[in-house]
Amino acid sequence: MNTDERNEVVVQPPDKEKINRIWRVALILGAVTALEFLVAFVVGAGVFKTSTFIIMTIVKAFYIVGEFMHLKHEVKSLIWSILIPMLFVVWLLVALIYEGGSIFAVR
Amino acid sequence: MSTTATAVNNPGKSIWDGGQSPFKASYGKLMMWFFLLSDAFTFSGLLITYGLIRYSHPGYEGSPDAFTFSTEYWPIPEKVFEAVPFLHGVPLPLVFVGIMTFILILSSVTMVLAVEAGHRMDRKNVEKWMLWTIVGGLTFLGCQAWEWTHFINGSGGETLMKVFNGEKGVWETVSVMGAGLTANEYGPPDFAALFFFITGFHGTHVFSGVLLNFLIFYNTVTGVYDRRGHYEMVEKVGLYWHFVDLVWVFVFTFFYLI
Repeated sequence: MNTDERNEVVVQPPDKEKINRIWRVALILGAVTALEFLVAFVVGAGVFKTSTFIIMTIVKAFYIVGEFMHLKHEVKSLIWSILIPMLFVVWLLVALIYEGGSIFAVR
Repeated sequence: MSTTATAVNNPGKSIWDGGQSPFKASYGKLMMWFFLLSDAFTFSGLLITYGLIRYSHPGYEGSPDAFTFSTEYWPIPEKVFEAVPFLHGVPLPLVFVGIMTFILILSSVTMVLAVEAGHRMDRKNVEKWMLWTIVGGLTFLGCQAWEWTHFINGSGGETLMKVFNGEKGVWETVSVMGAGLTANEYGPPDFAALFFFITGFHGTHVFSGVLLNFLIFYNTVTGVYDRRGHYEMVEKVGLYWHFVDLVWVFVFTFFYLI
């Protein structure tokens, strides 16, 4: 099939360990989502439920960004240059949720 | 480790003095990362706006069983999103979005498998896994199209809603079916506007992701990457595709669960 003769393509055999890890991460993501689904119906609305959801979302984000996007295995300086700017999001979140409460109070 | 190597080659120079890549990532991958960072800010802005507007409205205080739609308070999301295709009239809260989440996660998994096959120059497997990723993306888009249609057409019932009449400048009580940009049967007008904006912006990302995935698939089939000698494009587009999945994880939590 390889029509280009300058490049001889050598296919390497799959690394079982690597593929198993991919499926393990997939299983974790699926299990956390199923658990979220369960919590949505079993636990009554409140601070506990909200914080449980947020923690589970961060766990899922950790696996997607760390393993699937491979960020966990990159150079430290690259990891930090992606993660540190996200602090701005935390600031915006706190500021605007607080602001929302104030708007509600004067509405 | 890299610093020791540099010190041996160029005494007195750090890895930041040029001639090598300190991040140990190619230009394209690095720029994809920074683009995704900026895109993450955009989505954060949208989701935080949802939080702001939601907390500026009163929440529903009564028991969940007695819940009715009203413009007076923010709706409980699981009372809004409880329809599943082919099961008309059966209340199955969050089941359909749950399925959509699983579809997107699975297509993310097939994408990693494609990237892994690319590392091994295994064209046949890249083709196979890219095709599954595209199928997953298209299925998700189809689900979203159904969900939007259902949301816009409504559950079949009419709700009396207080709607602001801009021409007369007064609030009127009118019967509303489904959802539009000015009024909806589920809650305050902002609820539907945010639904359209946030899931719409995410859906646009999925759509462009499917187009990019198709491009990668096409290039793989025609042997472009074999000739190039590496499958890095699969990796770069993979980063984008995982990001789309990541955003959905957040939309799922903050729009549908909380």
